Amino acid sequence: MSHFTPDIAKRADDLVLLYPVKRSAMLPMLHLAQEQDGYLSDEGIAEVATRLGLSEADVRGTAAFYEMFHLEPVGKYVVGICTNVACLLAGGEELLEHAEKKLGCAVGRTSPDGLFTLEETECLADCNIAPVVQVNHRFVRTTTPEAFDAMIDEVRAGKRETEIPPHGTLIRVRRSVGLNAPREEVVAQRATALKAREARVAQGQK
Amino acid sequence: MAAFTAPKIVSSRSEFEDSFTIERYLATGGYSALKKALGMFPEQVAAEVDAASLLGRGGAGFPAGRKWSMLRKSPLSYLVVNGDESEPATFKDHYLTERDPHQLIEGTIIAAYALQVSQVFIFMRGEFALGLERVQQAVNEAYEHGALGSKIFGSDFSIDIVVHPGAGAYICGEETALLEALEGKRGFPRIKPPFFPAITGLYGEPTVVNNVETMSNLPWIITNGGAAFAALGTGRSTGTRLFALSGRVKNPGVYEVEMVKNTFRDLIFDPQFGGGIIGDKAIKAFIPGGVSAPWFGPDLLDLPLGQDEVAEKGSMLGSGSVIVFDEDSCVVRAAWRITKFFSRESCGQCTPCREGSGWIERAMYRLEHGGGREEDLALVLDLCDNISPGLSWPPQQTTICVLGPSIPSSVVSAIRMFRQEFIDHIEHGGCPHD
Repeated sequence: MSHFTPDIAKRADDLVLLYPVKRSAMLPMLHLAQEQDGYLSDEGIAEVATRLGLSEADVRGTAAFYEMFHLEPVGKYVVGICTNVACLLAGGEELLEHAEKKLGCAVGRTSPDGLFTLEETECLADCNIAPVVQVNHRFVRTTTPEAFDAMIDEVRAGKRETEIPPHGTLIRVRRSVGLNAPREEVVAQRATALKAREARVAQGQK
Repeated sequence: MAAFTAPKIVSSRSEFEDSFTIERYLATGGYSALKKALGMFPEQVAAEVDAASLLGRGGAGFPAGRKWSMLRKSPLSYLVVNGDESEPATFKDHYLTERDPHQLIEGTIIAAYALQVSQVFIFMRGEFALGLERVQQAVNEAYEHGALGSKIFGSDFSIDIVVHPGAGAYICGEETALLEALEGKRGFPRIKPPFFPAITGLYGEPTVVNNVETMSNLPWIITNGGAAFAALGTGRSTGTRLFALSGRVKNPGVYEVEMVKNTFRDLIFDPQFGGGIIGDKAIKAFIPGGVSAPWFGPDLLDLPLGQDEVAEKGSMLGSGSVIVFDEDSCVVRAAWRITKFFSRESCGQCTPCREGSGWIERAMYRLEHGGGREEDLALVLDLCDNISPGLSWPPQQTTICVLGPSIPSSVVSAIRMFRQEFIDHIEHGGCPHD
């Protein structure tokens, strides 16, 4: 029995077909597992391992390297606040401190109502609107304590659901087609093209 | 002197709200460069890029044309686009992927055609949820439009692009770590040699890895010719470049600037760019090219924005991100925070980087937050010297990748330029700015 829902399972099947080597589907498939469970559950990791023909330890060991993968449950919303240098200069540490009070939890922890997990992030590459805040990797662009509070209240009231899907959902746009250039065709096309190029070069040298 | 206004090459659609849609892209000349390229021989396309002498925009500044020419002969090759932008205070690729994904895709197809490579991966930073959606949407539209897929635009060339999300690791911006991540492994940079993925890359096959901004320049280069691109800028620094300006400036943002024609002073103070320092305070220092680069003082504000010009003064243009400190900014705190970043992002393979970054971070922490000792300065410099012997620029390397030798840049700059502030911290028992 697959741990994945039929929809996630279908997407995982399609994913594997996009890569010459199955294992390459690791990161996107772990994102899918995280989309289904909100974090990387033991069952999710086992499912990815089965699909990629790897051991669970191998998959877990890979996932643990990457910041975006959560091996423990997190809130429905993961709030990331950057304190790296550009945000530091714009009050990132102060905003993070404020967020701890607003959410009622320390950095790395989840709010008492279980809705928000707070993280101190490294640079999120939106430094012109600093300090940078992301909720589930969506840039919410709240740079003041007041704007931050208003945003959190809206999220809590369910007013930002179209913009901010639950934690784990990363790319909502599905790939519409599979691969159009099969490997054999690609190799043949490349061989022909390179041969033609050599002929042209030889012609040019005459 | 007023700042020089550059032609817009990669940010030409910035005025449009809907710049990311295929409708806007087609209405503004989109995909005509690709059609033109398909009418040329692949080597002619490559020759245009060579003539443009387009330097890679990822950070190392390696000429794109030369990278292409190094591609080892093989039945199968790959093109990988590096969109894992994570160098602190760099946000130009974030801008390009969100705002003009079709331009990136068209440039990528042009590169693939020149290289006769049909399997392309766009590796994007996982934290760019919107960017990932925009690029995936644009890929879908490009297939529908006939720009991707089998025999594109009626030519003999077939190509697939797969958008691949990362999962949060700075090190994956290093091209061999990126390839490891793309192969589904931990993002550990590969041992060199081989130095270039063009020899041994993805799945051991020859692979070209190019940055998002590098690819985004190609439609313009094909439309206008490599010579027109090379006519912009000076010397080795041709064309325009996106500069990400942040820190204590009035108007932080991404600005397209012609190479060398403007100076750091223009970028930071001109009203069409940074507009000066917040509160019209004095500028204390600036970082010219991301946190891996050594810092400059106000005496170098009149240096032109050029690759060689910055290198000659002992730093780098790097990823094109300029970070500005004002007279009130605490440089000790900034240097500590940058070290904390490297310590957190070290992949852990090499001892000097893994152990050194943590050790330096702890010493910098106590210097900033209290408990620092005067001998800590010598200790920190010695640790830095263990990672990058000689503390010179360009740096010596004791590690597999350049993350290691990037660690000392900020710390050493801060201590060399602002030693008295460290002493003040030690005497004050913490940060005097608090």
